[in-house]
Amino acid sequence: MAARTSDRSLFRTLAVGGVMAWLLVFVAAPNLLVLGASLASRGESEFLALPVSLDSYGKLLSPLFAGVFLDSFVLAAGATLFCLLLGYPFAYILARLPKARRPLLLLLVIIPFWTNSLIRTYALVFILKTEGLLNAALLGLGLLSEPLSLLYTETAVFVGLTYTLLPFMILPLYASIEKLDPRLLEAARDLGADRLRVFWRITVPLTAPGIAAGCMLVFLPSFCLFYIPDILGGAKTLLVGNFIKNQFLAARDWPLGSAASVLLTAVMALLAVLRLRLSHPAGEEARR
Amino acid sequence: MSRALKAAYAVAVYLFLYAPIAVLIAFSFNDSKYGASWRGFTLRWYADLAQDTALLDAALNSLLVAALAATAATALGTLAAVALHQYRFRGRRLTQTCLFVTMMSPDIVMGVSLLVLFVSLGLTPGFLTLLLAHITFCLPFVAVTVFSRLAGFDPHLVEAAQDLGAGEFDTFRLVILPMLMPAVAAGWLLSFTLSLDDVIVSFFTTGPTFEVLPLRIYSMVKVGVKPVVNALSAILVFVTVGVVLTSHLLLGEKK
Repeated sequence: MAARTSDRSLFRTLAVGGVMAWLLVFVAAPNLLVLGASLASRGESEFLALPVSLDSYGKLLSPLFAGVFLDSFVLAAGATLFCLLLGYPFAYILARLPKARRPLLLLLVIIPFWTNSLIRTYALVFILKTEGLLNAALLGLGLLSEPLSLLYTETAVFVGLTYTLLPFMILPLYASIEKLDPRLLEAARDLGADRLRVFWRITVPLTAPGIAAGCMLVFLPSFCLFYIPDILGGAKTLLVGNFIKNQFLAARDWPLGSAASVLLTAVMALLAVLRLRLSHPAGEEARR
Repeated sequence: MSRALKAAYAVAVYLFLYAPIAVLIAFSFNDSKYGASWRGFTLRWYADLAQDTALLDAALNSLLVAALAATAATALGTLAAVALHQYRFRGRRLTQTCLFVTMMSPDIVMGVSLLVLFVSLGLTPGFLTLLLAHITFCLPFVAVTVFSRLAGFDPHLVEAAQDLGAGEFDTFRLVILPMLMPAVAAGWLLSFTLSLDDVIVSFFTTGPTFEVLPLRIYSMVKVGVKPVVNALSAILVFVTVGVVLTSHLLLGEKK
């Protein structure tokens, strides 16, 4: 009995202690350090110096930097909306196929999901460049008289974000649409609702968790993927990710970079709370 | 929507997803330096790739870090899942919160926060810092994968083992772990792929002493198309397909 108790406490202590120590050192501490760094001043020789100030947050609000955030937000929101509009019908079609045919077609979505997104971004260069495939196709079909210059534009970055992140939208949508009971839709139709009404009143609310998850998986990385503008958009500061990267590596203004990072974390936290509200609506709780 | 329209729509989306990759792979066999047009089949770029020691070193470094990070993250993540599922302990909420934060954190936030940590600790960015960072971002994905399998468990099995005199370590080793194996293996593969794919966190947590493949590719393609990168990318796409198929089979076993 004594041996059993000591075995129990030792293994449990090591497991719990090891996991918690790791998370405190590599998750809690770094996040607190960045919060601290965002309140520091820019140092002459060190990266960070005293006094403590809110200057960095003030700078973020200045027209120059606020513009970066606004541009990045517009791009992220646009890419999210576009992925949703493109992905929802696709996921719906896939989820309503006969069961036997679904796994293979789903696997074809999972493969790009796992393929290195840097490589997938690079692959887009072949399509978008002036002498690339898209221009060749459009010219060949006679739809254009001279090639479009798409590469190194903001449009290319938008296409890059959509292309890279589309599988991250499709997979959660598919998971929630597959769970949707078709009998509910039939019942609504039998009770006289037209197709549009069934879609807005039944399909959309019931697949809301998938929509929320997909939007988050597209929206958040859209701020971060600094290599997409680097490869497709020329060397412009388009995304918050490029901005933070520049502050840490080129401009060496760590407090400003940290403040931007804290702001991004705040956006993430806000969305996480929103999503929890969406997946556990108050009404549903009450009915249980 | 009519059936034909649905099929056409699905095909168009698949085309959007696959056309760039297909073109990239095709051009890895193209006998033209700038890849503007098709000049005939060649394996020249694959031969060049075999000669490019910097690129091969970076690839080996990536594989090494991915294997080590996946193994450590799988061990820690499995322990985290078992602890959260089986035990009631102080700091349980904190552990869950930290795992959630890691999973939700934008990559760039994690990258810079770990950079600030390593600089504060006086660690020079390189192999060790990169490994620590990769273990950290893989950990919650293993924990979630393993936890979801634990959730479908019969708790009586654990009670039976303990009634028969097994301590917590023996219960873990002889009862829980064998049943978790498919999820543990899937978690390892997931971590391995995540580690190999990562660009952003690596960008901030490694230094010139230890270059990894995605960063090497990143610095090469910033200035345009490189045939050697095409060949390498084609190989990496095939490796990804292999890993996805393997993990698919592993997780399929579960059902």
